[in-house]
Amino acid sequence: MTVVVDISHRLGDFEVDACFESAGRLTALFGPSGSGKTTLINMIAGLIRPDKGRIEAGGRVLVDTDAGRFVPKHKRRIGMVFQDARLFPHMSVASNLRYGRWFTPTAERYADINAVVDLLGIGPLLDRRPAKLSGGEKQRVAIGRALLASPKLLLMDEPLASLDDARKAEILPYIERLRDETKIPIVYVSHSISEVARLASDVVVLAQGKVAACGPTGAIMQRLDLLPAEERGEGGAVLDTAVLRHDDVFGMTVLGSVAGEIRVPLLAVPVGAPVRIRIRARDVMIATEQPTGLSALNILPGTIVTIAPGEGPAVEIGIDCRGATVLARITEQSRQTLKLRLGREVYAVVKTVSFDRRI
Amino acid sequence: MNWLLDLTPDEWNAVRLSIKVATVAMVASLPPGILIALVLARGQFWGKTLLNGLVHLPLILPPVVIGYLLLLSFGRRGPVGAFLAEHFGIVFSFRWTGAALACAVMGFPLMVRAIRLSIEAVDRRIEAAAGTLGANPLWVFGTITLPLILPGLITGAILSFAKAMGEFGATITFVSNIPNQTQTLPSAIYTFTQVPGGDAGALRLTLISIVISMAALVASEVLARRVGRRMDIE
Repeated sequence: MTVVVDISHRLGDFEVDACFESAGRLTALFGPSGSGKTTLINMIAGLIRPDKGRIEAGGRVLVDTDAGRFVPKHKRRIGMVFQDARLFPHMSVASNLRYGRWFTPTAERYADINAVVDLLGIGPLLDRRPAKLSGGEKQRVAIGRALLASPKLLLMDEPLASLDDARKAEILPYIERLRDETKIPIVYVSHSISEVARLASDVVVLAQGKVAACGPTGAIMQRLDLLPAEERGEGGAVLDTAVLRHDDVFGMTVLGSVAGEIRVPLLAVPVGAPVRIRIRARDVMIATEQPTGLSALNILPGTIVTIAPGEGPAVEIGIDCRGATVLARITEQSRQTLKLRLGREVYAVVKTVSFDRRI
Repeated sequence: MNWLLDLTPDEWNAVRLSIKVATVAMVASLPPGILIALVLARGQFWGKTLLNGLVHLPLILPPVVIGYLLLLSFGRRGPVGAFLAEHFGIVFSFRWTGAALACAVMGFPLMVRAIRLSIEAVDRRIEAAAGTLGANPLWVFGTITLPLILPGLITGAILSFAKAMGEFGATITFVSNIPNQTQTLPSAIYTFTQVPGGDAGALRLTLISIVISMAALVASEVLARRVGRRMDIE
């Protein structure tokens, strides 16, 4: 399913003027607060009517201001998960979940209540009232409620932003399962690089109401210049890997990737399971020879393919490690001392402990 | 104690009539009350201040003035009254229905105010969420807004009922004070105070009046608390 957005809209002094197209499993709308992400997703949901433009989802025109077309939100069949859950306080969890079913034509109901309850692990909550749920539980119920309306597209507006880290960790796996086990395309708004790197297949980067870049997650995450200044250190390579084996003695998991074996702290996932990792540019060191007597366990041979100026004294070096590009952020002084230039064979060095969990 | 419970048939009728009038006034003003409250809470239109003023008129004007205005417009020869009598056979003047109308008008601002406040307290983002789940605006109102404003509805209804139980000026002006027909509790008490030896009767009806109003108040408290507990809103 392809989502096409081409709109311009004015909100006071702020102008959103965005155009993008995405057919990804999970498209992230990424940008700092105030970049227009939520405005855009609200337009796709039908909560805001754009001043001008066109929105299409799966070939269906939802908004076309030139043709005077605006499909009201209740006829769009687009599910929405809000940052603040917005459960109905006067209904039990079960009634909240069933709410959207009433309005779905029988022939179009594909979501099964038992399957969704299992997927989200909310079975024990069914008889409770929303007021008696924790933040993470509320958000899971909100996701279930949106799914059970059998939407053709699922929108998620910073569903984790109001939760603490423990609750985030609780929900992230459910969103991954949603992405991998259901067929509903997802548009996910976030300002967190770690969420985007972990979840997204495609990323639309927004800045000041405009689309700064748009493309597959791996490619976008390497464009450190696109990231907000305070998050630039969080950028880097995103690698899709699979678990090769667990090293129980040292508490590590060995991942296989095109770039070679990568050792990370022990992961609670079975051998063979896919794991996406992010190697932050600031965590990567460069060696010109095979290092010896070094504590770092991950040493990936490669060739320098890009050199870009970074902030202040930094330069950003892209190293092609057998097809996967790893980004390193080092000082200009180091670059000159080591005489790094395009095409030079080097080793990218990453400490195992610099991977925090899976993201 | 005997003198207290030993009501004359006329007195009983006044009690029954008052309860009937107050109940009908309350029930009949609920739908327009909700509608006007909704319009005032959510609507953005020219003349909103005017509408708000009109709704509040019975609160500021002397009740006699309202009664007289009702007599002019809903009386047999009044424009509205004549129309209703001719086409629907509904007559207000000097009937208990007129007393109900007068009570409904007098209690209307109190009811609208209570409902309006509760509508303004409803989180519209929750209604938007219901919309994204496929509910059209009418369904959203019925399944989300209405249940959420239930405590306000109960408060508004009870206020209207209590106001109707005590309404005197507009009622007596519009439908007079005819025993067994338009004589409500306050009118009956007033009549007792105007005749020699009527003290006992006035006191009896006064006590009954207190009991009914208190009962209505307690009932609304209990009901509102039960609804509140059921909803369990943080």
